[in-house]
Amino acid sequence: MSEHKVTSVLMVGVGGQGIILASKILAQVVLKQGLELKISEIHGMAQRGGSVVTHLRFGAEVHTPLIDTGQADYMIASEKLEAWRWLPMLRRGGTVVVSTQEIKPVPVIIGAQKYPDGIMGNMEAMVGEEIGYLYALNALEVARACGQPRAANVVLSGVLSRCLGFSPQHCDEALQEVVPSRFLEENRKAFAAGFDYFVKN
Amino acid sequence: MKKTLMTGNEAIARGAYEAGVHFAAAYPGTPSTEILENIALYDEIDAQWSSNEKVALEVGIGASLAGSRVLVAMKHVGVNVAADPLMTFSYTGVNGGLVLVAADDPGMHSSQNEQDSRHYARLAKAPMLEPSDSSEAKEMVGIALAISEEFDTPVMLKSSTRISHAQSLVALGERREVPVKPYTKDAKKYVMIPAYGRLRHVVVEERMSKLCAYAEQSPLNRIEWRDRKVGVIAAGICYQYVREALPQASVLKFGICYPLPEKLIAEFAAGVDELYVVEELDPFMEEQICAMGIKVKGKELFPLVGEVSSSMVAEKILGRPLFTPLPVPARDEQPIPLRPPVLCPGCAHRGVFYTLKKLKLVVSGDIGCYTLGSLAPLEGMDTCICMGASISAGLGLEKGNRDLLGKVVSVIGDSTFFHSGLTGLADVVYNRGSILTLVLDNRITAMTGHQHHPGTGSTLKGDPTAALDIATICRALGVKRVKEVDPYDLAALEAAIREETAAGEPSVLVVKRMCALMDKGPKDIYTIDKDRCIECGLCMKLGCPAISKVDGQTNVDASLCVGCAVCLQVCKKEAIVKVGDGNV
Repeated sequence: MSEHKVTSVLMVGVGGQGIILASKILAQVVLKQGLELKISEIHGMAQRGGSVVTHLRFGAEVHTPLIDTGQADYMIASEKLEAWRWLPMLRRGGTVVVSTQEIKPVPVIIGAQKYPDGIMGNMEAMVGEEIGYLYALNALEVARACGQPRAANVVLSGVLSRCLGFSPQHCDEALQEVVPSRFLEENRKAFAAGFDYFVKN
Repeated sequence: MKKTLMTGNEAIARGAYEAGVHFAAAYPGTPSTEILENIALYDEIDAQWSSNEKVALEVGIGASLAGSRVLVAMKHVGVNVAADPLMTFSYTGVNGGLVLVAADDPGMHSSQNEQDSRHYARLAKAPMLEPSDSSEAKEMVGIALAISEEFDTPVMLKSSTRISHAQSLVALGERREVPVKPYTKDAKKYVMIPAYGRLRHVVVEERMSKLCAYAEQSPLNRIEWRDRKVGVIAAGICYQYVREALPQASVLKFGICYPLPEKLIAEFAAGVDELYVVEELDPFMEEQICAMGIKVKGKELFPLVGEVSSSMVAEKILGRPLFTPLPVPARDEQPIPLRPPVLCPGCAHRGVFYTLKKLKLVVSGDIGCYTLGSLAPLEGMDTCICMGASISAGLGLEKGNRDLLGKVVSVIGDSTFFHSGLTGLADVVYNRGSILTLVLDNRITAMTGHQHHPGTGSTLKGDPTAALDIATICRALGVKRVKEVDPYDLAALEAAIREETAAGEPSVLVVKRMCALMDKGPKDIYTIDKDRCIECGLCMKLGCPAISKVDGQTNVDASLCVGCAVCLQVCKKEAIVKVGDGNV
């Protein structure tokens, strides 16, 4: 990663999934590298189960906290429909880290709209041409196996941290700073599971 | 110096702390809420939630006149509520400095309109500062207070969603203790009867010309000379978009967005070939620059609605966007379902809107989580205008069309009732209305993230205090028919609504049940008895995120269910059962 280039990471998911904790962990790791960082998030109405997006941008000098459509170097999605919704935000050749979890939105629940078929297959078909790298895993299952189902986003942060070449030591320090101590062990396991997932794949 | 990552709101709170602020007040509203939540963490500052923005500003005015340094915060539409004291406070001026933070929401992420607060600065003839990141937000609080005291004026600080809820690095300083100024009685300055008001208006106009001169030399307004072919005037988050999109362009950056420095603008305009102004929403700066006789391009290129982006700046000024969307061909084959925000599982409001829709009543709505009751499948709301309008507009619906008599229900939350419901209810009683008012009392200001209000028994600082009782207040306002009802009991709720809408006189039902997100007590979980379920879909009409079809069969997601048991009351086949009961 060049020190001069700004890296843009888009985090998408469903309100209440814990994106804000995951973005805090990544933020602390970035700060340990002495880089400038800006984050933009949305509070309020959108948090009530709606589609939520957090923007992280870091590098030597960062102006806008917002990522434009087609600019994201990385996208982490904690739900596959949200990955699919926000995919045009990715730059050509960018990396997608996606949890294969499916959370039906209310228009689907009430039968007014249909949850699209074949999202994962469609994204896999784009690898090489539009998507540079695609990491797909059921982060909820991984987090559950680590003893903390609420840590699905921490698993995805682990995958992304390895993609970005973050130092394991910085990551662990960041976890200690951000995660309340009573949940630390499960979150450490979840983060490590994501970190190792990248190595295996 | 070590820098800390802070949201704009945290930085504004820190700025208040460092600048020696003694007193702060606000009513919660996205995107401004966290300013007071963070100020409350400083023991040195007396901070409070007020019942509405007008009250917050008036308490702040009193504290300023008494000699304290004051910060008052609100969202953009809150300034409408506080506009009355603001306009005359501009005449009296301050004793201790006062900064009023107004947080706009271009793009309406969580608001009912996207009005541009900058007009209030011009209307009030008060200066307005506009930061472009958290670091500036922190510094500008102190500068605003200094301007306030030097020029004897309230000062507005304009934030927006992209400043308030964006995090960037801030260098922290120490608190500078500022002594509370002595209080001196000065009727000619502080009693705005016409005779004294006329004198003060002259002072206000003189102050305006002094502030114009200040804006010419303030370091908050600066020219950044780069390539002279393109020059852009911008403030706030738009400055960041311009720097990102046009790193080579010369920029005139305003930290003071009102009043504008005419000489500085003329100097910049003369130094560049093409002059642009990039601003969100209204052509506030553009119109003033045009009035100076300077040719500038703004709204002929940029939209009047929604947000600007760096890619848009490049597209409009250079003729090419910075980035293009990633092509996703397969996306067009199947539409992508929307994911609107929804009432939470177990939300006490769900059964209310289910019942109101079922009874085909005309529902005058209000601002809060329950506004989500307007969306499918509940669709239980006819109007939503502003804080408090439910009750008064409900009376108007009944007065405006006698066909609606006996059908109008006003729906208002507990915090909104204290904000501006009381005066409307007095109007209903006084003017012989007959509407039913439902006060959806979930014991907190929920939508903005659980802030206390006069009914909760706790202050912003967490101190115990009197908890005002809504039913008692309604009776005192002259409503004879006041009852409490539990929204988890659909039969009782429906019976009460039927009875009260038929009563022919004003009535109030206090629909009382704690916000499901706060209820940490033990819970039963429900599930579907697949032998009894006939897949009729009635339970789906509640729009509960915990109920959906899995492989064609109705299913309750045990990780989301909080056991409100509302769904089993709408099921006609007794197919929804407690986990652990029977053989499921």
